[in-house]
Amino acid sequence: MELIIFKVGLIVTLFLLSLLIAAYSTYAERKVAAFMQDRIGPNRAGPMGILQPLADGLKMFMKEEIIPQEANRYLFILGPAISMATALMTSAVIPWGPDLNLFGQTVSLQVADINIGILYVMGVVSLGIYGIMIGGWASNNKYSLLGSIRASTQMISYELAMGMSIVAVIMTTGSLSIGHMVSSQAGSTGMAWNVFYQPLGFIIFLICAFAETNRTPFDLPECETELVGGYHTEYSSMKLGFYLFSEYVNMFISSAIIASLYFGGYNFPFMNIVQENTGEIMFAIICAVVFLIKILFFIFFFMWVRWTIPRFRFDQLMNLGWKILLPLSILNMLITGFFILYNN
Amino acid sequence: MAAALFYALSLICIVSSLIMIFHKNTMYSVLFLLVTFFSVAGLYVTLNAQFLAIVHIIVYAGAIMVLFLYVIMFLNMSHIINFQKSKAIKIAATATGLMFLLVIIAALSSATYNGNVTAGHEIGLASTLGHIIFNEFLIPFEVSSILFLSAMVGVVIFNKKDLIDE
Repeated sequence: MELIIFKVGLIVTLFLLSLLIAAYSTYAERKVAAFMQDRIGPNRAGPMGILQPLADGLKMFMKEEIIPQEANRYLFILGPAISMATALMTSAVIPWGPDLNLFGQTVSLQVADINIGILYVMGVVSLGIYGIMIGGWASNNKYSLLGSIRASTQMISYELAMGMSIVAVIMTTGSLSIGHMVSSQAGSTGMAWNVFYQPLGFIIFLICAFAETNRTPFDLPECETELVGGYHTEYSSMKLGFYLFSEYVNMFISSAIIASLYFGGYNFPFMNIVQENTGEIMFAIICAVVFLIKILFFIFFFMWVRWTIPRFRFDQLMNLGWKILLPLSILNMLITGFFILYNN
Repeated sequence: MAAALFYALSLICIVSSLIMIFHKNTMYSVLFLLVTFFSVAGLYVTLNAQFLAIVHIIVYAGAIMVLFLYVIMFLNMSHIINFQKSKAIKIAATATGLMFLLVIIAALSSATYNGNVTAGHEIGLASTLGHIIFNEFLIPFEVSSILFLSAMVGVVIFNKKDLIDE
């Protein structure tokens, strides 16, 4: 019973945390953009514009909601709902800290420690595309349709390379559970991170993560210079808000996955010394904070890239995915397999 | 609890697959086929086969159905189609369907019922499956992978036919 209450508490915390970070990512994005372009950025709502996300959210709710006459009503509403739901579902398998001894049993700081965790993430991410496809099609607008067709091609092309680079990590860990993957990166001093063993795999995964979250330089589905607004051209009010918001939630989750697969998750250097000198709960909190810092860094990295690299052309995107990333990820997998055999 | 879950999932599965067949709008057909896939994946989970369930979702829902949707969007097949078939085809189709039903009934009547079979706890886990595939059934597994590869090469050759002729 206590376990159920603990898990429900964890789910609610994660839900609120995802929304909070997504809301402040929109603020951070505008501030980072302003900094990179030598501007001030939002500074009207509250000190330093800190209340800007609240004002934006309120604006989204107050706007008039328009459903185009020729649009498919049900699917038009279903689209953003699927996008948001799948974006929020992924965080269930991410481990936030080491195991705790609570209520006389070992409790993992993770909503569901299923033994196929990483496949669950791949599955849910691959479902996220339906939100964009259904919404774009239901709008009954050619620009929306083009945007959603681009999204589907892009997702399918980059999922392959992403899966192949994950296979190399699975081979070194010998487990499909993310909890296990993170705890195996502790090493003796907390620095046995996968990024040192899988540098090529990490770069491939990072590029694919940009494509999967539809971020610049791969934001072709909503490319505003060619397609007006891409798949969400016809959307207004909070339904548009859901699409934009789910992108930021996805960015948060991708950062969490990158941090836990390649950057040791909640592990940090000299964590064994810290563990000896602090209590169990305190240690778990420190671990969670370290993990959060890593995630925030990668969210910043996403924004950094957005304001640095221009958008790809569609054929360049396809060439990169199929002719460069996929062969490289297979090569990475072969090299990993060779090293595992050689070390045995 | 498990039985209730089984009946609920089976009901969803059957109803959504029937809607998939009878709906006139191809877009809705695809979406109801997706619901069918999810209920089948749920049935896998009740059998403790989590690995199969998630692979089912990744492969069918995540990849194949996206391609289906892609083609439907591209060809603009979403408007309602009314098929007009001649009477001879209708009669032939009914006869074939009834004959197939007869075959199924004949096959089922000769089958023997051995009581309830309980699935092992580890039957569908990734490690169990890997051991079986790569020890007992290694050669059939590899042969089927070559079959897939040859199908892929075949598709590429069909698409490049104009280039070969030149």
